[in-house]
Amino acid sequence: MARYLAIRIGRAALTIVLVVTFAFVVLRLSGDPALMILGPEAPPEVLAAFRKAWGLDDPIWFQYLDYFGAIAKGELGRSMRDGRPAIELVLERIPATLALTLPAFVFKVALGVPAGIYAALHRGSAIDRAVMMTAVAGFTVPSFVLALILVLVFAVQLGWLPSGGQDSWRHAILPIATLSLGGAAVLARFTRSAMLEVLGQPYIRTASAKGVPWRKVVTSHALPNAAIPTVTILGFMVGTLIAGAVVVESVFAWPGVGRLLVVAVANRDLAVVQCILLLVAITMVTSNLIVDFLYGFLDPRLRAKGAHA
Amino acid sequence: MSPLVSIRDLRVAFSGVPVLRGVDLTLGKGEALGLVGESGSGKSVTWLAALGLLPRHARVSGSARLDGRELLGAPASQLDQVRGGRVAMIFQDPASALNPVLTIRRQLSEALALHRNLSGEAAKAEARRLLDLVGIPDAARRLEAYPHEFSGGQVQRIMIAMALAGNPDLLIADEPTTALDATIQAQILELLSTIRREMNMAMVLISHDLGVVAENCDRVAVMYAGRIVEQAPSNQLFADPVHPYAQGLIGALPPLDGPRRRLVAIPGTVPDPAHMPVGCAFAPRCAMAAEACGVSAPKLAPIADDRAVACIRAEASRRALLGIAAE
Repeated sequence: MARYLAIRIGRAALTIVLVVTFAFVVLRLSGDPALMILGPEAPPEVLAAFRKAWGLDDPIWFQYLDYFGAIAKGELGRSMRDGRPAIELVLERIPATLALTLPAFVFKVALGVPAGIYAALHRGSAIDRAVMMTAVAGFTVPSFVLALILVLVFAVQLGWLPSGGQDSWRHAILPIATLSLGGAAVLARFTRSAMLEVLGQPYIRTASAKGVPWRKVVTSHALPNAAIPTVTILGFMVGTLIAGAVVVESVFAWPGVGRLLVVAVANRDLAVVQCILLLVAITMVTSNLIVDFLYGFLDPRLRAKGAHA
Repeated sequence: MSPLVSIRDLRVAFSGVPVLRGVDLTLGKGEALGLVGESGSGKSVTWLAALGLLPRHARVSGSARLDGRELLGAPASQLDQVRGGRVAMIFQDPASALNPVLTIRRQLSEALALHRNLSGEAAKAEARRLLDLVGIPDAARRLEAYPHEFSGGQVQRIMIAMALAGNPDLLIADEPTTALDATIQAQILELLSTIRREMNMAMVLISHDLGVVAENCDRVAVMYAGRIVEQAPSNQLFADPVHPYAQGLIGALPPLDGPRRRLVAIPGTVPDPAHMPVGCAFAPRCAMAAEACGVSAPKLAPIADDRAVACIRAEASRRALLGIAAE
């Protein structure tokens, strides 16, 4: 088990290093921060001084080693725009993002999972078809389109809710709704198919054949099995809590991590982008690790394999 | 003596396609009945339908009575009492028949709680006794194991233990050994016979293996295309099959003694359930088919006290078998 753990954690660390490296290289090759921040009209000597100050004229491998050296000391660099530590800029945006993504996560699960289970149990019924049609719509409509539709209906036409900003809890309703609907659709589809797969298994018939009432067949025989694939998608959703609202934050002018990321990328504010990507990679990898361990908890067959690995 | 189970004109259709086309069957208390026939002939469907275990889109009609009480259309609560309590069922593929995420103890205790009101330590002790009974070594420790930690034969033993948990009057064993090795097969069948004798339980052994049925059952019913075509005591059926299909099945078995002979296969294939012939379903493959066979389907009619056959040529077929020339 210890070896299994060590391999998992080692793999997770490698993933993070790869993500950070990739971001580092791409960002540096795709534009000059000096030009982006100072503007094309800035005099050449000012640009040169800026590059020198931020170490941008060093060879890229040198910058890369420098960057990792700093990370090892716990320094994630400073924003090129206002000189503040990047980590500070990012951390102060996280509460705003979580204020959207956490409630949205709860709604996704509370809506999507029961809808999927219900649809599977009443396969072919009018409600099943309605749930699936809604789910397909929620699945295929991009979040910015959904966001604009919600704004059009609830802000412009009905005037019930503000169309953007962060002044009160009412401002959070439309962004949360946008995030929830799309996620609930994905979860409903996924839960439904996981549930249908399980309900077709011989052990479900065995349970019925030994006289277990149907309600209990569903709760104690089908659900624990259907939970295994559903946990995968839930884990993925937990991984997107930090930076899963880029589009929605932009549409609703919500000052969260997603908006910060968009602005920082546009400005090639390298330290800030890298800091966000590092955080995203860490949350993704951590949620994946948690999912792996949950698998072991939910599925005794994997537990055995893990123990032998 | 009133029969334990009596099935009358049981019909099942899946999305309009008939798969069971009027089955009549009775089963006495403690009797062992073999149900043979090719895959798709309706052997399993008969019992799944009687117990209300078919998917919802199946259309079921007719009657299936247990001790005189109608099962078809009975309320779910009544069926839940019957299933596992009076009639238990074990299935073909043991590997997928047990819930992979629940321990053996939980799956056994569930049946014990439902039908015997046992819980806690009492249920655990009884679960251990059942595992001992079906020959799982080290039962006390193995109770906490999961299905994947057992071999196929062991899982089938556990399935049998679970079926016995409710002290049923009838055990339906649906191809219980098909997925197992030949040596394990014999052990499982031996176990089933022993338990049946000791518990004085009736058994329906569903199989496509005539040998298995011959050894383990008092009586055999042969099914073809959703109907019973012949019913007889085992020894009589094997010695003297009357229906041409039963004759074909037995003719395809290698004889254990006597001179070697060529095995005869039945020509053709089972008709597609969506396009059944108007008359006898076996007529297109039958060497003895006459014009009348294509007109209407023959009913299962008694030809002796304890024998019945559904063939208008039964008499001719009998003569052919006995080598007597038809007049």
